[in-house]
Amino acid sequence: MAVDINQIQEKIHVIIYAYPGEKRYILAMMQDLQKICNYLPREGLELIAEHTGVAFSEIYSLATFYKAFSLVPRGKYNIKVCDGTACHIKGSAVIIDQVFNSLGIKPGETTEDGLFSLETVNCLGACAIAPVLMVNEKIYPKVSSSGLLDIIKAYGGHVHEDGKS
Amino acid sequence: MKMENHKFRKILVCCGTGCLANGSMDVFQALKENLDPDSGIEVETYVKATGCNGWCEQGPLVKIMPDDITYCHVKASDVKEVIEKTIKNGELIKRLLYRDPQSKKRFKSHHEIDFYKKQHKIALRHIGEIDPASISDYLSCGGYQALQKAVGMQAAEIVSQIIDSGLRGRGGAGFPTGLKWQSCARQENSPKYVICNGDEGDPGAFMDRSIMEGDPHTVIEGMIICALAIGAEKGFIYVRDEYALAIQNLKQALADARSFGYLGDDIMGRDFFFDIEIVRGGGAFVCGEETALIASIEGNIGEPRDKYVFPTEKGLWGKPTVINNVETWANIPVIILEGAENFASIGTDHSKGTKVFSLVGKVMNTGLVEVPMGTTLREIIYDIGGGILKGRQFKAVQTGGPSGGCIPAELLDLPVDFESLAAAGSMMGSGGLIVMDDRTCMVEVARYYLNFLAGESCGKCVPCREGIRRMLEILTRICEGQGKEGDLELLEELGETLQIASLCALGKTAPNPVLSTIRYFRDEYLAHIREHRCPAGVCRKLTEFYIDPELCNGCGLCKKNCPVNAISGEKKEPHVISQELCIRCGDCINNCPFLAVKVK
Repeated sequence: MAVDINQIQEKIHVIIYAYPGEKRYILAMMQDLQKICNYLPREGLELIAEHTGVAFSEIYSLATFYKAFSLVPRGKYNIKVCDGTACHIKGSAVIIDQVFNSLGIKPGETTEDGLFSLETVNCLGACAIAPVLMVNEKIYPKVSSSGLLDIIKAYGGHVHEDGKS
Repeated sequence: MKMENHKFRKILVCCGTGCLANGSMDVFQALKENLDPDSGIEVETYVKATGCNGWCEQGPLVKIMPDDITYCHVKASDVKEVIEKTIKNGELIKRLLYRDPQSKKRFKSHHEIDFYKKQHKIALRHIGEIDPASISDYLSCGGYQALQKAVGMQAAEIVSQIIDSGLRGRGGAGFPTGLKWQSCARQENSPKYVICNGDEGDPGAFMDRSIMEGDPHTVIEGMIICALAIGAEKGFIYVRDEYALAIQNLKQALADARSFGYLGDDIMGRDFFFDIEIVRGGGAFVCGEETALIASIEGNIGEPRDKYVFPTEKGLWGKPTVINNVETWANIPVIILEGAENFASIGTDHSKGTKVFSLVGKVMNTGLVEVPMGTTLREIIYDIGGGILKGRQFKAVQTGGPSGGCIPAELLDLPVDFESLAAAGSMMGSGGLIVMDDRTCMVEVARYYLNFLAGESCGKCVPCREGIRRMLEILTRICEGQGKEGDLELLEELGETLQIASLCALGKTAPNPVLSTIRYFRDEYLAHIREHRCPAGVCRKLTEFYIDPELCNGCGLCKKNCPVNAISGEKKEPHVISQELCIRCGDCINNCPFLAVKVK
């Protein structure tokens, strides 16, 4: 869920200035920034540009190049569906569709109430228990279409009997 | 069943990602809570969280030493019984032992099971046996002795040991590791750098994760030995940020190695300085390519560059750099300690040692397997992997990740090494082995890989950026039933262009999944194009499921699981699928115990 940037401005300052103002630490700053904000707020990126002396446009290009970063706020519960090969051949595409059917969001989108967002990831490295999805930090093994509905319900999502929300 | 009464029992709970997802942390906590010294337990025990055993399918796994008992699918609710019966009285709990699905026999130890018996562990030698967070565990099984030995050797001697061992890079391309070191050692320019490539991006491969999580010191020791051999003073481990546990364990290991004097100033009393820093990756597949990874460490976007000059000459910040994959590093201490000859005696003529594969997909036993080079695919999939799930038909095995290809049933007796896989139109890659059955559509698999690569192509060179997209468009059309005559020829032509003209290995190898599936599964492509039919029942616009009334006994499993209530039927009567409601998710066909659900 979106955090109020004004409230954590100081915290953002602290985590960015925890690193020396060198270019090679930009990625690490962004990762830490995203950990506390759930996404990369513009204010934070501007601060990184200021601290490292790297042009803001270049910071932006880094933030958009690397897949791990999001420039828009994510939901309170971020659903990461693994679409690695092992998960794919065991039906991850069906799970992605099923999330859309029940929550109305596609990869990269967030529900209107800010509760859920959906992402696909290339591989969580848990191929032996495919198909896998993560809700925030918790991993769910061997997810089926019907199992997915139970997971969504467990996080307070409203799912109707026909799989539509 | 009674066993010897051991005064000291050790309980090892696997806490790899697979077991964690299955709830091993709950088991671990329950053991800790229930083993309270006041609870009257006489046997002394301690619980260790170990790295991944690779046998994720059976997790959470709990091993009890020295009895050598392996319990599978252990739940927190089993813990009391485990303590009462096994720990206190040395009794076996039969139902928690592994049961071979074919012979129905139960096995006491994982060492007796084919999945383990047929493996030969070098890179994974400590995984699951030691506590990765404890340097003393590593030391007690020979850790840092290779470094001790290397410190007494000439730098050139270390390099020649690695050359003589025949070790080739385990990250994909198979470049001889020793030659890489030699080339870097000869450079006058300084400082020099050592990099560990832990940006495991191949979907379907997780051996690097397992090694970094389960045995971080072996990677560190390998890197220190290299630094000694080439005269480097700084090392970097580039790890995917998603691998939280690997990062945590590596950090701990680095701190311990520093305090024990294996890193830092005057290592082992010698005038030799070396330290290692962790860099967290940003989740870009192309960063697994060494020049892109180097750019990423420097704080640039991870775009590769042409390799007229190798990183051994001009690498990180333009300085000589050795970059090797995690699994490669894990082999180094063994080669130094046991000698090059020993290592070279394993494997085939041109591919020495072992290779770790992540055996996943539609196979009975999934997990990490380490076998000598030259082991056949059949041995890996059937003897170790236990064959195909649910008695379905083996169709193909995909090797080498998105850069690799699909190998059909006719080639199951292919001995796996760098050369033979390349000859079959695939590659070793990082060692993913994804087993596919008759429910896997080869056209869709090719489309999947290209879709992945289209998203990961960095866009720097035109053939890769545009070529992959055009090929993807054609494949998507075919999967949606809009394929036309001439599509296959066009795909082949585009593929050849990419192989010749792309800048880095990502683009050069991108057509492999398409070209290899066209080569071996042309009929399946033609079924999509000419008959508008997906024989595997995967491409949804071309699929219709139905229930064969002859085979259906009305058990109701499909009806119960259908997420859209599209299946109707009375108990013990044949069921029917409503085509209007069906979303073609395949839950029914995947779970029908009688194989009564069919694809039209």
